[in-house]
Amino acid sequence: MIRVMRVGLFVTCLVDLVRPRIGFAALELLEAAGCEVIVPPSQTCCGQPGWNSGDRPAARVLAEKVIAEFEAFDYVVAPSGSCAGMIKVHYPQLFGGEGAWLARAEALAARTHELTDFLLNVAPLERVPGRFAGTVAYHDSCAGLRELGVKHQPRALLARVQDLALREMKDSEVCCGFGGTFSIKFGEISAAMAQAKCERIRASGADAVVLGDLGCMLNIEGRLRRTGDEHTRVLHVAEVLAGEK
Amino acid sequence: MQLASVHFRQRASGALADAHLQRTLERFGSGFADKRAAARQAYGEGAFEELRDACAVIRDRALADLDAWLLRFEEEATRRGASVLWAEDAAEACARVLEICARHGLRKAIKSKSMLSEEASLNEALAAAGVQPVETDLGEYILQLAGEPPSHIIAPAIHKDLGQVAELFVKHHGRPKSDDIAQMTREAREMLRPHFLSADLGISGGNFLVAETGSVAIVTNEGNGRMVTTLPRVHIAITGIEKVIPTLEDLSTLNRILPRSATGQEIENYFSILTGPKRAGDTDGPEQLYVVLVDNGRTRLVGSVLQEMLRCIRCGACMNHCPVYQTVGGHSYGWVYPGPMGSVLTPVFQGLENALDLPQAATLCGACHVACPVKIPLPELLRSLREMQTQRGLRPWSERAAFRAWAFAAARPRLYALATQFAARALKWMGGRRGRIARLPLAGRGWTEGRDFPAPEGKTFRELYRGGQRHKT
Repeated sequence: MIRVMRVGLFVTCLVDLVRPRIGFAALELLEAAGCEVIVPPSQTCCGQPGWNSGDRPAARVLAEKVIAEFEAFDYVVAPSGSCAGMIKVHYPQLFGGEGAWLARAEALAARTHELTDFLLNVAPLERVPGRFAGTVAYHDSCAGLRELGVKHQPRALLARVQDLALREMKDSEVCCGFGGTFSIKFGEISAAMAQAKCERIRASGADAVVLGDLGCMLNIEGRLRRTGDEHTRVLHVAEVLAGEK
Repeated sequence: MQLASVHFRQRASGALADAHLQRTLERFGSGFADKRAAARQAYGEGAFEELRDACAVIRDRALADLDAWLLRFEEEATRRGASVLWAEDAAEACARVLEICARHGLRKAIKSKSMLSEEASLNEALAAAGVQPVETDLGEYILQLAGEPPSHIIAPAIHKDLGQVAELFVKHHGRPKSDDIAQMTREAREMLRPHFLSADLGISGGNFLVAETGSVAIVTNEGNGRMVTTLPRVHIAITGIEKVIPTLEDLSTLNRILPRSATGQEIENYFSILTGPKRAGDTDGPEQLYVVLVDNGRTRLVGSVLQEMLRCIRCGACMNHCPVYQTVGGHSYGWVYPGPMGSVLTPVFQGLENALDLPQAATLCGACHVACPVKIPLPELLRSLREMQTQRGLRPWSERAAFRAWAFAAARPRLYALATQFAARALKWMGGRRGRIARLPLAGRGWTEGRDFPAPEGKTFRELYRGGQRHKT
């Protein structure tokens, strides 16, 4: 008998606070892929803000919490390359040199996936429920792309969405300027980088830019709207794959 | 070079407001990055990745026994007639050079590009001692006329456009204005030629020091390096101690990746391996060859969490791929080394407290790490520097307090739930009917100066899930 995969959904703190619908879209997709999905209710944040800001103790407390909350599952899936990258790449660094915690961190890292990577490679989502009438350009978020190798996974899944046409924009791999607290500490530079991204998006002529990280979404959407673009949609890949209803 | 890294924020702001510079940066754009990508593809992507691994190993091997390889270099170079001098810091480096000038009565120095000479403010020291320094790399020559520091380590005048250079030439050359690049280059060459022929000292940097032969390897594209190192009667190569590599075979491997990573070239136009001064019977070459090996903060990196930074071969790929560098330009960084590598080196060489913004002024996007020919984990090193800042109390109290509060709440799910439920509602209310916030309070102002903040949906995922919701609505 094939045992159903038990997946712990790490919603991420930004989805929890700002866009719960992305979390539910991820949940639907994982269930559509045949997984049993559990959302540990005590989850908060992966600790990346602390890690990236040089506050190792804070990052550590939260990393221990995430490990304890999720290590019982077969897999951990996050609708974010950034948070999945934190668990997969940076937790082992965070516990470097500490036997017991390091082993637990590495064990969890090995079973942690970004959503589209999981839906393509681990629990294949053959029939994608979403339908999207229009062209979309995919923006490669940095951590997913360079830490986890998320590049073709979202595109392969989007290609299965009914009526959706995928169009590449120039410089899709160039950072949008979000960078976590960078976007606040260096708002002016960050906004200028977002502007460059928005120009590429518009030049692609796509109806929507689709991406896999909420931080980049807020950044790009915020800049588009501020500069008067009311029509280019900014969507999380989970929303598009799950369909809008 | 005068340190101005504490002013990063203001300088970056100025760079963003400088329409001329922005146009120049845009034109520069991904030029070098595209060329590197093409060179990588031509080499074979898999093979290129193997080459990166091999080069990182070579550099690590040299750094693991840095002292031993340096002594070997000194021994071999000395045996071949060169003089190896040591300098602990910038002042000593200048002193060594000036001592040589005094010993041989030298009055005019022609220079090929050397970032270490910028580090040590060598031109100022030479001029003060009555030795005329003349930069002969075209970019450096332009900047010497303009009285500006370089903004890129391999394309120092990348921030200047054709029109600006044309005007500089009119002002300094006193000839009719031309904006034909070939003509302008010819003009610069004609101006430099008498200096080449009359100088008694040539000063170069060194891309690599080969320990087994005591050689200095220099790569250039303009040929000026050859003239600088062969025409004058004295040649001084001044370089950082980390440049040493064990063997000629290593040099051959590293020089496969250096030009491809820098400019996308398979090989530079000029690749020189200089071993000892002119020997009896040689038709050219300097009578005296000095190698000045400078520490200037490098040994602080040895054995530290930042040691990997010493692998750097100064190709510029990190800045060519850095979206922040391409947005604010090299001068914003306020010292010799801009971009990601500069954001690590400046705080180390000049003091953490003198370059507080640099480790923070990065999105940690990782483009530099992926492009680096010797695989320096630049984002990790920037993170380590941020940690050092925190540990040494060099972050603003408001930021520290905010992080403490966040970490406290995030470790307590009930408290966190309350806080986020409140925030989700408050922000949704602030977003109004349009669903976006034009002005956030406190630290959030940094966000909304240039962007709206898309308002939250109003309830948190966790509260909806707890209430039984399982699907999008």
